[in-house]
Amino acid sequence: MTPEELQEQAEKRRAEQKDTPHQIRVCVAAGCISTQSDQVKEALVKGLSPELQKTCQVNGVGCMGLCKEGPLVSVDDTLYKAVSAADAPELINSLSQTPVQRLLCDSKAPFFSRQKKIVLENSGKINPEVIEDYIAADGYVALHKALAEMTPLQVNEQVTISGLRGRGGAGFPTGLKWSTVAKGAAGQKYVICNADEGDPGAFMDRSVLESDPHRVLEGMAIAGYAVGANQGYIYIRAEYPLAIQRLKLAIRQAERLELLGKNIFGTTFSFHVELRIGAGAFVCGEETALIASIEGKRGTPRPRPPFPAESGLWGRPTLINNVETFANIAPILRNGGSWFAGIGTEKSKGTKVFALAGKITNTGLIEIPMGITLREIIFDIGGGIPDGRKFKAVQTGGPSGGCIPEQYLDMPIDYESLAKAGSIMGSGGMIVMDDTSCMVDVAKFFMEFCMTESCGKCVPCRVGTVQLHGLLCRITDGTATMDDLSQLEELCDMVRSTSLCGLGQTAPNPVVSTLRYFKEEYLAHIQEKRCLAGVCKITVPHAAGVSR
Amino acid sequence: MSPLSTLTPRVKTLKINGLDVSASEGEKILDVARQNGIQIPTLCQLDGLTSVGACRLCLVEVKGTPKLLPACVTSVEEGMEVTTTSERLVKYRQMILELLFSERNHICSVCVSNGHCDLQGMAQAHGMTHVRFPYLYPQQGVDASHRRYVMDHNRCILCARCVRVCDEIEGAHTWDIQGRGGDAFVITDFNQPWGESQTCTSCGKCVQVCPTGALSEKGKSVAEMTKKREFVPYLTLMREEL
Repeated sequence: MTPEELQEQAEKRRAEQKDTPHQIRVCVAAGCISTQSDQVKEALVKGLSPELQKTCQVNGVGCMGLCKEGPLVSVDDTLYKAVSAADAPELINSLSQTPVQRLLCDSKAPFFSRQKKIVLENSGKINPEVIEDYIAADGYVALHKALAEMTPLQVNEQVTISGLRGRGGAGFPTGLKWSTVAKGAAGQKYVICNADEGDPGAFMDRSVLESDPHRVLEGMAIAGYAVGANQGYIYIRAEYPLAIQRLKLAIRQAERLELLGKNIFGTTFSFHVELRIGAGAFVCGEETALIASIEGKRGTPRPRPPFPAESGLWGRPTLINNVETFANIAPILRNGGSWFAGIGTEKSKGTKVFALAGKITNTGLIEIPMGITLREIIFDIGGGIPDGRKFKAVQTGGPSGGCIPEQYLDMPIDYESLAKAGSIMGSGGMIVMDDTSCMVDVAKFFMEFCMTESCGKCVPCRVGTVQLHGLLCRITDGTATMDDLSQLEELCDMVRSTSLCGLGQTAPNPVVSTLRYFKEEYLAHIQEKRCLAGVCKITVPHAAGVSR
Repeated sequence: MSPLSTLTPRVKTLKINGLDVSASEGEKILDVARQNGIQIPTLCQLDGLTSVGACRLCLVEVKGTPKLLPACVTSVEEGMEVTTTSERLVKYRQMILELLFSERNHICSVCVSNGHCDLQGMAQAHGMTHVRFPYLYPQQGVDASHRRYVMDHNRCILCARCVRVCDEIEGAHTWDIQGRGGDAFVITDFNQPWGESQTCTSCGKCVQVCPTGALSEKGKSVAEMTKKREFVPYLTLMREEL
């Protein structure tokens, strides 16, 4: 495809959209589909009279964010929530008339107005299964710009200037990673997109892939050009069938239009993307385990160095980035690195996508500029805690993260502040807890996750997590002693310091952070045989002097 | 750079426990320490097999690095200052050993390898007198289907020496690991009885490299199973020579 043809495609699609004065968009990402949005879409399509079919288009689109109120449907500029198939005739009747009051969703609410969308700019607007929609939204313009106007070095420069940090969790500077791979040994190199999102409560990557798959493919192709790779892999977990299906379709479409494959835009640059389906092991999100899995081996991590940038897939220099990281690339190239660097805080640039879950009014997917506070996220965007309950803590960063208590609510969200509070950014899962949550029970939940997801290669993680889980079980069932508590602390330190990979090194974090802020709950279980939140079923009688 | 300089390995100098030592580029801390009479404990590492850094006993401190590094896979660097024993390291090593003992049924008094066991020896060397963690006692079973050898999963520490020697030296890849975390266990072929394995050559290398009594020869009674491991580095060396 030539740039002119790309332009032509975009114009054609835009004209088509203009010609149909009415647009009905139905969210068909996994969250809304689970509430039968596919049936809503079908009912809407069937409900259009032949007359209306000429003036109204019904499209499946990606996630609109407010997952709790799904299925979400937008009719022109009006947003509706909790729509059912039976509501279709009413919605159709409302075209150019008064909106259906009882289904209205306030799109001016802080949930929508306080967000800033870069990664999710197309999400909920374009049909993820139609490449022309993506092209009409300036898709593949950045790839063309990179190939036609920039050297790989200049692409790396822009990414470095942007200050983008890896969105997978650790926050490593993306530009530095790219230039390291670019400088790696000459010859075959690879680009891998880590779509093995597995944190409890997290669905950011899934939503991005389901809502705007081409965005990720474009980012990968640009990365391939920048580092000198002609082959990309998307490692995605099998639990994401819809994302897999849309990615497969997107790859085929892009190949058909020669936006992926050989000699892209008539240049010498070729880039192929293949999917690799993971069998659902959390550890395979760790880059060395992920690489082993792609190679067809058992998905276990190996010690680093050598880092994948030096010796990765089949021993070749390999760039691994997370879905959200790649999704940031096209806008960075389109608008320039300094545009991106102007958003966010000094050390954490741009925006971050979070999955809001737990005891919060507006559960769903949000994108906020770095630097806004936890309070703004939870109480303004998230709408606060339902049922008049009291906020207790927010768990960020999944099993590698920690619980942040009330006193940090006014802390700005960036990599450093979260680390200082004893948690991490992680990939962006945010689980809000109210006063009905027992923090020891929460720690036990995450430890059980780490225990069952440990690959079993190194001793501290394999056996340490089992023993930690056992200790937490004893605390929650009221049979633990103060000795057990000190053993818990000792083991946390040991597992964290000696484990081979990130899974084990961070497995104790939920325990450590809850011990740091909620130690009185641990003590109440042990000394008073009482669960302060009333969650744990303690059957031991309230005998005094049971604890030592 | 002249062609000669790429062929000649560079020499590095570093300190291990305050002692000035020299090493070739690419050498691992563990090997350099051993050459200089400094012993660093290991269970999964065995000369002649690839190192995997899994048992974590060989963790050492390197000045300027907050993380502990496994000596078996960490290459030496110019000016490095390595500490192989410290209060912290000793404590962690003891805990790792305790965790290993708590994981399965390591009852030395009835073990074929009693007195010839790396795990037992390591526990003695580290002054381990008891295990503070609850014993997990999983039901692991014994595979005695092989004509000459026995596999007792209850004594396995998942060091994967058998897996590596079978793959890297014998070239059969009969052994592998199945399952995750605490449920992981070694298998032959696709978890078929060892005696029915189509790939096993009955060479016995796995038995000889096993650090505990998990793999033993049939007919051996308590404390009779001694192991010969010297052949592994020899075989590796011979193959490299060719």
